[in-house]
Amino acid sequence: MAYSDKVLDHYNNPRNVGSLDKSQPNVGTGIVGAPECGDVMKLQVQVNEQTGIIEEAKFKTFGCGSAIASSSLATEWLKGKTVDEALAIKNTEIVNELSLPPVKIHCSVLAEDAIKAAINDYKQKAGTKAPETTAQKA
Amino acid sequence: MKLPIYMDNHATTPLDPRVLDAMMPYLTNQFGNAASRNHSFGWEAEEAVENARKQIAKLVGATAREVIFTSGATESNNLALKGVAEMYAERGNHIITAATEHKATLDTTKRLEKHGCRITYLPVQQDGLVDLDMLRESITGKTVLVSIMYANNEIGVLQPIREIGKICRERGVLLHTDATQAVGKVPVNVNDDNIDIMSMSAHKMYGPKGVGALYVRRKNPRVQLTSQMDGGGHERGMRSGTLNVPGIVGLGKACELCGAEMAEESKRLRALRDKLRAKLEAELDELYINGTMEHRLPNNLNISFAYVEGESLLMGINDVAVSSGSACTSATLEPSYVLKALGAGDDIAHSSIRFGIGRFNTEEEVDYVAQKVTQVVKKLRELSPLYEMVKEGIDLSKVQWTTH
Repeated sequence: MAYSDKVLDHYNNPRNVGSLDKSQPNVGTGIVGAPECGDVMKLQVQVNEQTGIIEEAKFKTFGCGSAIASSSLATEWLKGKTVDEALAIKNTEIVNELSLPPVKIHCSVLAEDAIKAAINDYKQKAGTKAPETTAQKA
Repeated sequence: MKLPIYMDNHATTPLDPRVLDAMMPYLTNQFGNAASRNHSFGWEAEEAVENARKQIAKLVGATAREVIFTSGATESNNLALKGVAEMYAERGNHIITAATEHKATLDTTKRLEKHGCRITYLPVQQDGLVDLDMLRESITGKTVLVSIMYANNEIGVLQPIREIGKICRERGVLLHTDATQAVGKVPVNVNDDNIDIMSMSAHKMYGPKGVGALYVRRKNPRVQLTSQMDGGGHERGMRSGTLNVPGIVGLGKACELCGAEMAEESKRLRALRDKLRAKLEAELDELYINGTMEHRLPNNLNISFAYVEGESLLMGINDVAVSSGSACTSATLEPSYVLKALGAGDDIAHSSIRFGIGRFNTEEEVDYVAQKVTQVVKKLRELSPLYEMVKEGIDLSKVQWTTH
């Protein structure tokens, strides 16, 4: 299978790889997927509690190149967004940006799920609950 | 050293230039139909075919008349299974095979099930081998055929065919073996190994694609097959169709070369394979070898790099051609059923890489591949949340995953 240039770029130079201290009150952590399914994404956001803006985002992903690229892209998009703006990110935008083929759409769904899981975790810590995952399943 | 490096020799092998040389006259001036009985073009072609038949027979300890030409191992497996099921239908309808067989066998037995056959799929043990006691217990008065592959195409394990054959003889059941990966790589002898029917393919042993053979025993016992294709009654009535003369000449030459060079070549390939394994194990932790190393093709290495997904690893080593049991690399999006049958868990299948070292690989290439794989696995483990969790002392089997 041929990969798009953008997938290759994120795979070769993944952005924001790493981990944030999940015990911090302003850090939200989302872990989605399962090893037996072949992909697990961990996505973390660090939120400025005054402004509600995501200051830092980190990821680690076990999965194919498209899964790595989807989560890498997600961290790029998250930085500088408010928590509510982050929740509005749709998997279809990831599909379009990375030109993912149909068999890789589930990678983008997983990335959207990871964003929602991380934000939910943060909101839970902050005392407010975000809406449930609404990712469009391919 | 030239890039990319081809190290996927279980998928197919490059054509040996000596094989091409042997084929060339039959692709050009000597184009006759081997079935033409009344002119020199036909005689030449027939002579070439009969010579190839002898070369193949010699490699596997058969007689030339027991070799039937086909289009490849898939057709050979189809003909063996369907041909026996149909010919021996009055005697019984039960066939025994194994869970790790090639799809050319499993899809064929699935079809036979629809036509009233009963199929037993033997599980394999953790080392990839079938349990002989289980085989013995599975044979019934209705069993007409046991079909077990000689060497597995993914993990390279060698089934105890000789012992399986002995059991089949004792019970009066025919033994078919898909020896596509074994013939030309390890010594195979249809008499010593008690084999009645055997599938072979040219392109796995440095011959051309599109040609294979089926060994069909003529004596003790005499095996009969119902043909699956109607036509001119070629190949003792078992396989109609004009013979692929250049392909057959190539298969014959490939067999001759394998026979002459096997001892030396297998020693060389084993050394390269063991070096590759040693280099990877020296640099990386948490590697799992899939299938027994003790009974295995000398050129096969199937390793799972835990916490790294196979397709992403292939992406990183894009100047090296190998394959993975990962779901993402399969057409079905399912991880390898062969690795799953070993009982190691889907995550091990997702992380697996199959290396198939071949005649034209060099030590320099093996060094390069080892270094490249090491580098990419290290990079991907830096990226892997699973590797991080394990290093933190978390037991992954106890984590509540959100399966999707």
